Amino acid sequence: MTMTATPTPLARLGRVMVDRPLVPLIGLLILLVAILAILNPGVLSMFWAGNTLKIAIPLAMLAACQTLTMLTGGIDLSVGTAATIAAYLTATLAPLIGVPPAIAVALAAAVVIGLVNGFGIAICRVHPLIMTLGTALIATGCLLVYQRYVIATGVLIPEALLWLGTGRTWGLPNSLVLFIPFAALVIWAQRRSGFGRLLYAIGANEAAARLSGVRVWQVHLTLYTLSSLIAGVTGLLYLGQIKTASLSLALPLDLPSVAAAVIGGTSIFGGRGGYGGTIVGALILTVLTSMLTLMQIPEGGRRILFGLIILAVTALFIRLTERS
Amino acid sequence: MRRWIEANTWTLGLAVLLAVLLLATKLIQPGFGASGLDSLARAALPFALATVGMAIVVIAGGIDLSIAAMMAVASVTGAVLMDGASDGQSLLIVVGVLLLGLLMGAVNGALIVLSRVPDIVVTLAMLFVWQGVALLILNAPGGGAAPWLRAMVAGGLLGMDWLPRGIVFLAVVTAAIWLPIRRSRLGLRLYAIGSDPLAAFRSGVPVGQTRIIAYALCGLFAALGGLSVTMGTGIGEPIPGPYLLASVAAVVLGGVVLGGGRGGLLGPILAVFILRTVRMDLTLLSVDPNVAAIVEGTIMVAVVMFGAVVATRGRKP
Amino acid sequence: MPDAPSDAVLDATGVAKRFGAVQALKNASLQVGAGQVVALMGANGAGKSTFVKILTGVLKPDAGHVRIRGRDSTVSNPAGARKWGLVPVYQEPSLIPDLSVADNLRLGDTAMAPFRHWVSELGLPDLDPDALIRSLPLASLRIVDLARALAIEPDVLLLDELTAALPTDLVERVLRVVRAQADAGRSVIYISHRFTEIAAICDRATVLRDGLTVGDVKIEPGIEERIVEMMLGGSVAAAVTEGRTARPLAAAPPRLSVKGLKTGTRLTDVSFDLHRGEVLGVVALEGQGQDELFDTLAGNRKASAGTVEVDGSPRTFSHPADAIAAGLTLVPGDRAHALLMSRSVRENIAIPLLARFRNWGAIRMGEEAAKVAHAIETLQIDTRAQGEVRRLSGGNQQKVTIARWIAKGVQTLLLFDPTRGIDIRTKRQIYSLVRDLADQGAAVLFYTSELAEVRLACDRAVVIFNGRVVDVIDAKDADEATLMRAAYGLTGKVPA
Repeated sequence: MTMTATPTPLARLGRVMVDRPLVPLIGLLILLVAILAILNPGVLSMFWAGNTLKIAIPLAMLAACQTLTMLTGGIDLSVGTAATIAAYLTATLAPLIGVPPAIAVALAAAVVIGLVNGFGIAICRVHPLIMTLGTALIATGCLLVYQRYVIATGVLIPEALLWLGTGRTWGLPNSLVLFIPFAALVIWAQRRSGFGRLLYAIGANEAAARLSGVRVWQVHLTLYTLSSLIAGVTGLLYLGQIKTASLSLALPLDLPSVAAAVIGGTSIFGGRGGYGGTIVGALILTVLTSMLTLMQIPEGGRRILFGLIILAVTALFIRLTERS
Repeated sequence: MRRWIEANTWTLGLAVLLAVLLLATKLIQPGFGASGLDSLARAALPFALATVGMAIVVIAGGIDLSIAAMMAVASVTGAVLMDGASDGQSLLIVVGVLLLGLLMGAVNGALIVLSRVPDIVVTLAMLFVWQGVALLILNAPGGGAAPWLRAMVAGGLLGMDWLPRGIVFLAVVTAAIWLPIRRSRLGLRLYAIGSDPLAAFRSGVPVGQTRIIAYALCGLFAALGGLSVTMGTGIGEPIPGPYLLASVAAVVLGGVVLGGGRGGLLGPILAVFILRTVRMDLTLLSVDPNVAAIVEGTIMVAVVMFGAVVATRGRKP
Repeated sequence: MPDAPSDAVLDATGVAKRFGAVQALKNASLQVGAGQVVALMGANGAGKSTFVKILTGVLKPDAGHVRIRGRDSTVSNPAGARKWGLVPVYQEPSLIPDLSVADNLRLGDTAMAPFRHWVSELGLPDLDPDALIRSLPLASLRIVDLARALAIEPDVLLLDELTAALPTDLVERVLRVVRAQADAGRSVIYISHRFTEIAAICDRATVLRDGLTVGDVKIEPGIEERIVEMMLGGSVAAAVTEGRTARPLAAAPPRLSVKGLKTGTRLTDVSFDLHRGEVLGVVALEGQGQDELFDTLAGNRKASAGTVEVDGSPRTFSHPADAIAAGLTLVPGDRAHALLMSRSVRENIAIPLLARFRNWGAIRMGEEAAKVAHAIETLQIDTRAQGEVRRLSGGNQQKVTIARWIAKGVQTLLLFDPTRGIDIRTKRQIYSLVRDLADQGAAVLFYTSELAEVRLACDRAVVIFNGRVVDVIDAKDADEATLMRAAYGLTGKVPA
């Protein structure tokens, strides 16, 4: 009665996609790099590789927020705002109160956004999409007010963040110093911590998790707070990379962060996927973006493409998982 | 009559609240009159049309996150084509843009029905697609609008200066599209699939087809909303405004239950005017507009939270 | 089998339907002639609901055909069924809650005048057509649903457990109207568990067992016993195994004591005690309140009245975690409600170990592996396809849902029909596991839809009918016929 009897080719593909999403993903990444090399011979270099990594890392970190929330069947569209606010607060408060307190305040602000999200989603049961969009709107308003009343002192981007964001060591970006431990922690936690397992459990079957004694609201509250904290840290890194404190710093990363997680094989319905795939997804998107830029595809075309990718991958996932 | 009052308590309450707010406005600024009302109506018009579109989809048991992006597509399409067009041409263009709206909505609905991907995911993806389309058509605000169109929503009605044309436009358009539907079998079907899709199926309602129609209607009102942006400002706006959250909040505040089947269009429209009036009053009280935006956002999020709690309670009797 | 009327209005023959590994219908047939009321009967899981879905076009049969008035039915949805003159009235009223009665009629193109006639005929002359469906009580909804169906003037009326929520006076009117339909030359398919109603209005009864039509009998006095026999099958005598004698009950307070429990509309008043070392069977026809009973004990629903005592102290559960903390763990009837289909066997078994906040940190992988391995070993789960639980066989999936609580440690296990739809070998493993658990001091509440299991696994059984305990039977006396009679309310202790 096990489903081993005559799998169709599509079902077999589905099983590969579900079991080992990394294999086809890395294949796709290599293919894209190859196409890029053909389109623009001589582009591939150690410098190019380092640069691609550097651009991909903040995206991959924000995509961690989407991965973790999507594992439970949620989403967090306030990450761009949380990152922007953390960056802006750090840059403007550092000259006033010093770098460490500024960073503390910045991360605290991000955590507040997460707590509000968590409250709405865990307690009031608002759909995560609507809730995170709403807090993003309010938080942006707060940022505008802050900007009008508090600025006048100038901007200071902490040296450490500049080193982290733009520096290179042996051709590789220094941001790896932050990213490698971060990625290792997330990948460890998703499989080997009780919290990580519960994310999968809630996404796979919330009713079953509840029947097994999981108080789902506790997980949601913690998750969305954690997600905003990660976004805040990413904002700091991004500040070092972009080197300007703008009011829309990380906002353009919202959509790609969702796309990276979806491409990386994390199901938007929850219960499947993981951060490993998301990292490759972020690399794929970064390479894809530089290809689109090379082909002079405008921003509009890029958005259409990303939207269609999300839709197509999701629809494909539904077909594949229904069959197996 | 008593039954009507009982069934519409919420809407009546909203009407009273709006009247109180307008009265408060008059107290804050004694000079508030026809021109104030006119600017209120003009500011509220795109929000109201978006809300009507959203309300129809929510009544039918869905949600459309791409509504603001569809408005942007309609706005820029209209503005680009109308730039320099004659009056006759621009009439055709308006009709074309409305058809485009119907088409965009129908595409959303068809993708939901055919792909079996949940509405919230499909319309999120389409939000990005329609945003991209709007940017491809026009990547910075620009274009133009026919003068007669602009005149339709500016100033008071001839002979009745106190009645802003924006409100008349809203009322006429909404009534012309919604009332015939509401009275027909289609109206019942929209409520039926939102209320209980299984019972609707068993009563012989073509559920998928009705769902596509609901999204198409939402697209039509999004197109009207997009045109009203262009009518109000005279240019096309490729970056969508905060219409998505505002429309969801107004729909909930207007008494339409998230999850479907209940509520009408009058409540949500009143809710839009309430939210806009609050914002206007804050401005009149010389509150920083950004602070006003925060207050407004907080009200909207609180309303949505409240609505979600009510919807969750309703699900488990 | 008596000759089927050759002029059958509805004639279904050789209908078969398979869902994955489960053959829900093997060879079902049903003939309904003009002017007849035919009862469609069968114990739980006999395939009645699948058969009804095929008749009304919701499902397509794998084999066999359905003929209406001699033509092959092409019904593919309820609206289509109506065009063919077949109108079903389902257990759950198919009315739109947020529309008024009148709008519901308009939605289905049903005329108002005949509807009003039938509503008053059925005992609700004062029904307000502008009232919202949502505001009406369940009994009125069933009347409205039936009146709407009658107003269409169907050739064949299909009534599925129509009287389940009706007060007695309305039941009488409904039965009279249904009989009058047949006397006027129309046909009725009547699905019910209530023999008194069947005796009152039906001409014939078609009996299903294990997806087969096993009998088609004329209704006459005393036919109940034969129908019960047919539902049980000829193998009753052979299947009887040695029933165990009830164990002497411990002097300590019962592990679980339920008094006057009421939940929702179905579970009205249930009391029983469950002791350590005991396996207490629960026997009931579908929808008699057993679902609510198990959900309430597991903390998944709130009781509206009554008390639950664990080891002598009263408890209320507002979340399953509370019930688990009190040692009450549920294996729900539908595996889809219990399993994380997309996750591994190990993750499925280990969730209760991680549920509490203090276990959110690093998992002690060695300890977890040992507990999971022990549970897998105890249940002999085939772990060849352990990467995703959805790829396991039904039997192995069921074992995983039980293994979860073995790994956590069993005190009181609430098993809801744990052997439905799984193979005989696995069933036997589950029986012996249940016995072993009881011998180790656990208390087990065991709802089963297969009556023979009471003797195989239980010490005693409580029988629930209409939301109340109607009988308590020792395992040694619990042969299938006795249980079946009790489950149908035929024991005389309560009015049927």
